[in-house]
Amino acid sequence: MPLEFSAQSRARVEKALAQYPNKQAALLPVLHVAQDEFGHLPDEVLELVARTLELAPAHVFGVITFYTMFHREKHGRNELMVCTNVSCMLRGAYDMLHYLEKKLGIKAGETTPDGAFSIVEEECLAACANAPMMICGNQYFLDLTEKKLDTIIDDLRKRWQDRNPAGGAPGGGAATRTLFGIGPLPGAGS
Amino acid sequence: MSWEEAKDVKIVTKNFGVPDSHKLSVYQQRGGGQAFRKALSLQPAALVDEVKKSNLRGRGGAGFPTGLKWSFIPKGLPKEAPVYLVVNADESEPGTCKDRELLAFDPHLLIEGMLIASYALGCKHAYIYIRGEMMREAEIVEMAIEEAYAAGLLGKDLPAAGGAGTFKLNITLHRGAGAYICGEETGLLNSLEGKRGWPRLKPPFPAVKGLFQAPTVVNNVETLMNIPDIVMRGGEWFANLGMGKSGGTRIVCVSGHVAKPGVFELPMGIPFRSLIYDVCGGIPGGRRLKGLIPGGSSMPPLDASELDVPIEFDALTSDARIKDVELKPGVPYDMGGGKRLKTMAGSGGIVVFDDSTDVVALCARIMKFYAHESCGQCTPCREGSGWLARVCARVARGEGEAGDIDLMANIANGIAGNTICALGEATTWPMLGFLTKFRADFEAKLKLSAKARAA
Repeated sequence: MPLEFSAQSRARVEKALAQYPNKQAALLPVLHVAQDEFGHLPDEVLELVARTLELAPAHVFGVITFYTMFHREKHGRNELMVCTNVSCMLRGAYDMLHYLEKKLGIKAGETTPDGAFSIVEEECLAACANAPMMICGNQYFLDLTEKKLDTIIDDLRKRWQDRNPAGGAPGGGAATRTLFGIGPLPGAGS
Repeated sequence: MSWEEAKDVKIVTKNFGVPDSHKLSVYQQRGGGQAFRKALSLQPAALVDEVKKSNLRGRGGAGFPTGLKWSFIPKGLPKEAPVYLVVNADESEPGTCKDRELLAFDPHLLIEGMLIASYALGCKHAYIYIRGEMMREAEIVEMAIEEAYAAGLLGKDLPAAGGAGTFKLNITLHRGAGAYICGEETGLLNSLEGKRGWPRLKPPFPAVKGLFQAPTVVNNVETLMNIPDIVMRGGEWFANLGMGKSGGTRIVCVSGHVAKPGVFELPMGIPFRSLIYDVCGGIPGGRRLKGLIPGGSSMPPLDASELDVPIEFDALTSDARIKDVELKPGVPYDMGGGKRLKTMAGSGGIVVFDDSTDVVALCARIMKFYAHESCGQCTPCREGSGWLARVCARVARGEGEAGDIDLMANIANGIAGNTICALGEATTWPMLGFLTKFRADFEAKLKLSAKARAA
């Protein structure tokens, strides 16, 4: 049986479709919905999206592979996006990246065997005044130090273990995206 | 007005630091919403004129006059013909971190700016294209949009002096998915249409054929957030605040080697020296300033002798105190009516680096960025940015070869002017800029690698 969206995702798809004069324009929003539900975008998900929006699978493939946030392969539950661009580089971003790599035993671009973490070397994430920094889901981690990274990783791992008591199989990538709550806002500087 | 006199004026950051500044109730308590009510009592054409008078220039990087851009929307369109306003919130120029904070702190100021702009332009549906990685900001803006719908500001016919006597706007938040090129306005439009973010050939310009082939204005977040104050206090007031043909204030994002990095709303025209030593507390660790990037990583850098130039759009392209960026002799290069390339104010992202910095490695990191973000559509940029990244990286590693400086200049000159969009120039400018202003650093690296090879 071909893959289908859950009722909840279907509602999000319908809402997206209502925002545009044609179905194709809803492609990015629908891909976000699909990745939230299925974790990544393998062929069967790609075909589901193409079918839903009446698009050629080749077009959907072209779009998925153009954008760095869409994944064809499984990614870790906690995607640590570490900026190493100029502002962060000047304030030690590569030291932070290498510390994380050593701590988690993986290189940038890889996922830990338990599926808990992926490390991504990112381009500028627009928090230059608080360099070095990284994002995980919707959380910004600013003014990083090695000590801060230790705490962050411990917290994220604990949260991940609480959700996966048996060390469960990693599935969706949406886990870190539901932690919304407006915490302290970034420092304005002035 | 001199920049000292305009020191304390805050327009787009006036609600920063106010508790719950992202909520509509707080926004309204602080006077928000009056400008939109006033705008509805005016004719749309009068609003466009006021914005023209204000000398407001695009804050995304190019500094194009906003009122002029608005006036390019064709006149006399049939009433039902769609016109779109698209907000460029795809902030990703390295060194720039203002729009993210503006969206988080004051989303209702953006919505009010959009309401006024849409009324002036005859737009019925506006889109905010927000960078995919900014998930929390997307949630804050989405909440603000929902509040505005609930309050009847959006999605409801409101009595208006112009047009058909009523005005109604819908706003959709559209999340990107990780591609720097979608900050280029036509790449953004393609992305919004569900395609790869490949920039379009211009003409036709978006004002004639933009989103869904309809007339479209694409404006930066900060640009639109200036509109309510222009309506309330007048274009002349705004123009007088600024310097020359640049009205208003300027947000700068200062990062790198300064004691107090941050996002600051400052008077247009404040010199770099005052910014770094007075506002940002100077260079820490007893070090000396080596140079800075004046407006996002696409812009040619300045060296320590060029700090007295005012931070203003036209000054940075023409001030005689800034050295020309050397272009290869014999290769014609035109910018802004035949002017030689100096630099540009760009996005306001100022990256300061001290004398401990490996400038070649810094330049190589910038080249790596452009090679990664080149969309692959045209050959000079797709191939050239990769070549620059690889050659510059080998020079930085101390593995460079004798002719590498000329090679990099040559490649850069082969990209500039030969691509569909400005990402080609954005790669070229810093490359040639670093080679011109910090040539000694590159030569020192090459000398070291020659020595290592001889040993």
